[in-house]
Amino acid sequence: MSPFTRRSRPAAIAGLAVAALALSGCSAGGTDDSEGPVTLEWFQGSGVETNIATAEALADAFNASQSDIVVEVDASGPSDSAQLDNLMKTRLATNEMPDMFWYNSGSLLQALNPDQTMLNIKDEDFVGDLDDAWIASVSTDDGVYGVPVQTAGGGGIFYSIPIYEELGLEVPKTWDEFLANSDAIKDAGYVAVEQTYGDAWTSQIITLADFYNVYASDEDWATKYTANEVNFADDPVAVQSFTKLQDVYDGGYLNEDFASALLNDGLEAVATGTAAHYPMLGFAQATIATNWPDHVDDVGYFGIPGDSADANGMTIWMPPALYAPANTEHPDAVKEFMAFVASPEACDVLTDALGVTGAYLVEGCTLPDGAPRIVADMLPYFDSGDVAPALEFLSPVKGPNLMQIDVEIGSGVRTGESGAELYDADAAKQAQQLGLPGW
Amino acid sequence: MSRTVVRHVTGGIAVLVSAAVFLVPFAFIVVQSLKTGPDSATLEFTWPVDVVLWENIVTVFQTRDYMLITAFINSTVLTVLSVSIMVVLAAMIGWVLARRPSRWNPVITFFILAGLIVPPAIVPTASIMQTLGIFNTVFGLALVEVAYGMSFCVLLFRAFVSNIPRELDEAAAIDGAGPIRLFFQVGFPLLRSVIVTAIVVQSVAVFNDFANPLYFLPGEENATVQLTLFNFQSQFQTTWNLLFTDILLITIPPLIMYIFFNRQIVAGMTSGAIKG
Amino acid sequence: MATLAPPDTTQAVVTAPGTPPPRRKYAHRMYPQWFLLPGAAIFVVLFIAPTFASFYYAFTRWTLFDVEFIGLDNFVTFFTDPQLSKGFTNTLIFGTLTSGLKVVLGLLIGVLLTSDIWARGYLRAVVFFPVLVSTVGVGITFQALMDPYDGLINQALAALGIDGPGWLTDPDLALYSIIAVDVWRGVGLAALIYMAGLVAIPQEYYEAAKVDGASGWHRFRNITLPLVRPATTTVVILSLIGGLREFQLIWVMTGGGPGFASDVLASVIYKQYAYGFFGLSTAGNVVLFVVVSAVILPLFWWLNRKQTDL
Repeated sequence: MSPFTRRSRPAAIAGLAVAALALSGCSAGGTDDSEGPVTLEWFQGSGVETNIATAEALADAFNASQSDIVVEVDASGPSDSAQLDNLMKTRLATNEMPDMFWYNSGSLLQALNPDQTMLNIKDEDFVGDLDDAWIASVSTDDGVYGVPVQTAGGGGIFYSIPIYEELGLEVPKTWDEFLANSDAIKDAGYVAVEQTYGDAWTSQIITLADFYNVYASDEDWATKYTANEVNFADDPVAVQSFTKLQDVYDGGYLNEDFASALLNDGLEAVATGTAAHYPMLGFAQATIATNWPDHVDDVGYFGIPGDSADANGMTIWMPPALYAPANTEHPDAVKEFMAFVASPEACDVLTDALGVTGAYLVEGCTLPDGAPRIVADMLPYFDSGDVAPALEFLSPVKGPNLMQIDVEIGSGVRTGESGAELYDADAAKQAQQLGLPGW
Repeated sequence: MSRTVVRHVTGGIAVLVSAAVFLVPFAFIVVQSLKTGPDSATLEFTWPVDVVLWENIVTVFQTRDYMLITAFINSTVLTVLSVSIMVVLAAMIGWVLARRPSRWNPVITFFILAGLIVPPAIVPTASIMQTLGIFNTVFGLALVEVAYGMSFCVLLFRAFVSNIPRELDEAAAIDGAGPIRLFFQVGFPLLRSVIVTAIVVQSVAVFNDFANPLYFLPGEENATVQLTLFNFQSQFQTTWNLLFTDILLITIPPLIMYIFFNRQIVAGMTSGAIKG
Repeated sequence: MATLAPPDTTQAVVTAPGTPPPRRKYAHRMYPQWFLLPGAAIFVVLFIAPTFASFYYAFTRWTLFDVEFIGLDNFVTFFTDPQLSKGFTNTLIFGTLTSGLKVVLGLLIGVLLTSDIWARGYLRAVVFFPVLVSTVGVGITFQALMDPYDGLINQALAALGIDGPGWLTDPDLALYSIIAVDVWRGVGLAALIYMAGLVAIPQEYYEAAKVDGASGWHRFRNITLPLVRPATTTVVILSLIGGLREFQLIWVMTGGGPGFASDVLASVIYKQYAYGFFGLSTAGNVVLFVVVSAVILPLFWWLNRKQTDL
C-alpha cells in the first residue's frame, strides 16, 4: 500500500519539512525522511457531510500545526452504511486499508476484529486523557483502538417548545405522562409523535434510547446480556423498549406519512411546530440549526421517560472513532495525529467548525457558553450523572435487524412483545456468528 | 387502410405510450437538475422556480477537487479496455462452442451459467490478484470485469452463431482461410448486430459499475462515475438537485455510445449481410 | 498464442483446393480449441477458482481473518432464519414475474421496433434509455415518483379521483412496485436482444409466406416465434438469473423493507455480509447458487433441446 499524494506540494515546502525534520531529530515517519513529509490518508464514507467537515477541520488544523506529517481526507467510501460496512471489512481483510479510517465505536467495531486488524494504542499517553466510558467502547480485552472524533450526545425525544407552551404541558417524567401529553397534543390537532420510517434507522431511537431505564433498573444488565443471562422479551423493564414503540402507534399519535417520511421531514416537523415529539439523536441538532435557524430555540430535548418519576436519565451515544489498520506503514505518524485528535486543541477546532454539539470525551476540553437549546437540555443529565451509554457501547451483542423489526412494530404490523422475541433471536444469531461465549 | 396510415397510427400510439412510460421519469430527472437545492428538496414534479442548471453542473464538476472529471476518465479507460478484451475473447469462445460441439459442452455450459449465477467472492479474488501482482491496477480490474462479463457474452454469441449458415465458413476455408482469418473476416462481421449488443450492454455495465472498482482499485483518485453519486447522497440529507444533475451528466457518455452503436445495428439490419 | 495453431494448416488447404476434408478433421482445424483458452484462463483464475474456493468458508465461522470449521451450522442457521421463507418466496416471485414480463414485452417491443413504424429511431432510443441509467439513479427516481403523498404517480391518480396506495410503503405492495421498476429498466435490453434476433431472420421466409397468403398472425406464430428462439432463450435465461439474484434495485428502493416485506435471498445474504457474518453469508450464497441452478439448468437444457429439434 502506498500513500497517495494527490495534491503535489511545492518543493520548497517539502525542503523545509525535511530541514525541520532533521532539526527536530524526530523521524515521525520512520523510514523515508529523505522524501519530505509523511502523507497519511484518512478514509471514510461520504454519507455524512458533518463527518467529512469534521475530518477536514481536524486534518487542516493538524497540518497547520506541524510540517512532518500531512493528513489527507479521502471520503470516497459509499454513503450507504451497509455498503460501507462491506467495504471496510473487505479492505481490512485484504490489507488495503489506507493509513487511517473513520468508523463507529461500540459493537460495530467488534465485527472488524480489531485485535487482528487494527493498530493497538493501549500504551499511548494520550489514551489516559480519554473518558473511561469512551475507552470501554473502543476496546477489546487486549487493546484500545480508537480516539473520539466528535462529541457524545443524548438520544431521546426532541419536543416542540411552542406547542408545549400553548397547551400548558410539562416535560413528562414517566412514560404514562408522556402518553397523556401526547393525547392532549393529538386532541389539539397537532401530530403528537413524528416518525420517519422512510429512513428506516430512525425507527430504532425509542428502543435504543430507552436503555437508560433498563440500566436504572439493573446496572449490570449489559454484562448479563453479553453473557446471555437476560434478554429483552423476558425482562419486564427491557421489553418496554419495544412496547413503547407499539404504544406510540396504537395511540394514533403518528403523522400520516410516517411510512415514507424521511429524517429531514421529521426534523422540519418538530422544528416548525407541526409535530410535538420526534424521537431522535442529539447530532441532528446541527441539521435543525442549518436548515431552520429561526427555530433553533423552539426545539427542546428530554430522555425517554420510564416507570418512575424519580429515575429520569439520558441514554448517550458515543461518537465515531479514528482508527488505523495494524499494517499501516507509518504507525508513529498515525499516533502523532491521534494524540492531536485526543487533545483539547482538537476539541476547540471542532467547536469552531461545528458549534456545540454535545460533551467532549477528552480531559481538559471545555464547552463555550451559549449552547443551542437541545444541547443545553442535555447538559443537566451529564452534570448529574444520570446517563447510561446505549447498549451497543456496553455490549458487543447487537441484533443487526433491529431497524426492520422496529419498523414493523412502529407500523402496527407486529406487537412489541413479538418484536422483542424476534430481536432476541436476531441478537443470538449475531452473538453466535461472533463466536461469543455463552451463546 | 393504407400501409402509411397504419404505420403512422401504430407509431403515434407507441410514441404516446412511450412518452408516458419512459419520458416522464426522464423528464423528472431533468426537472430536478434544473432546480435550486431548497426547490428540489420536496422532490415534486413541478417547474423550477429558478432554472439553475448551469450552476448545478459547475458545482457538480467542482465537488471534491473535480472528482467527476477523474471519474469520467477512469470509467472510460476501464470500459474501453475491458469491453474490447471481453468481446473478442467471448466471441472466440462462442464461435468455437457453437461450431464444434463436443462432449465437454455440457460441462462448459455449466461453468458459463455458474458465472451468471454465483455472486463473486471478493476476498479470495483479491488475494489471487495480489499474488499475480495485478491488484490495484487498471489492467487487473479490467480483467476482473472481463471475467464477470464473460458468461453473458459467451451465451449471447453462442446463441447467435448457430444462426449463421456454415456454408460461408466452408467457402472461406476452401478459399484458403485459416481459423483466425475465418473468425475475424467471416464470423466477426456476420455477428455484427450481436457484437454491438454485447458492447452496448457490457459498456453500460462496466461504466456504471462501482462495487468492483471500490474493492479492486481503491482510492479517491481511482473513483469511477458511480462513486460521484455518493457525494450528493447523504445518509441524513441529500442535495437532490445536485444528485440528479450528476445522474444526468454520467448518463451522457453511455447515451452517446448507444446512439452511435444504434446506427450500427440499423446498418446491420439494412445491409442484409446477416441474411445469408 | 499463435504457436498453438499448426502453421501448416492454411498451407494444407491451399494445396488441396476443392476437396473438402472429412468433417471432423475440418472442424478441428477451422475451429481450434485454443480459441477457448485466453478467455477461459481469465474466467477460471479470476472467477471460478476464487468463487468455488470460497465455498469452503460456508462450513466455517469466518471473520475474514480466522477460520473455524463448524460443519453445517451455518446452513442450519440460514434455514432457521424466521424471514427465510418470505425471502425465498419473494425471490421466486421476483425472478419469474420480471423475466416473464421482460420476455413478453421485450418481444412485442422488438417486433414493433423492427417493423416499418413511424418514429422508429426515437422509439428505439427511448425504450433503451433506462438501461443506460444507473441502478441508483433509477431507484431514487422511482422512489420519488412513487411517494404516497408528493409522488407524481399518486398525484396523477388523485387528479382522476383515485386514492393511490403507498407503492413502496405498503408491505403487500412494495415487492410488486419494485418488480414494475425492474421491468421498466430491463425491457429495453430484452427488446434489443429480440431486435438482433429478428433482423437475423431471412426476409425470404416472410415473402414466401406472404405469397402463400399467410396472415400477419400466422407469420408471427410460424416464422417469427420459432426463429427468434435463440433470442428468447437468451432473454429468459439472462433475465431469470438476473431476477433471482437481484438486490441492488431492491436495496436502493426499500432496503428490503418496510420491515422485511421486500427482502429476497440475495438481500438477506448481502445484509449478513455487511453485519460481519461472513461464513453465514457464504453459506447463503451456496444455497442461492443451488436454488438458481435448480431452476436454470433444467430450463436451459429444455430450451436448447427444443432449439435443436427445429
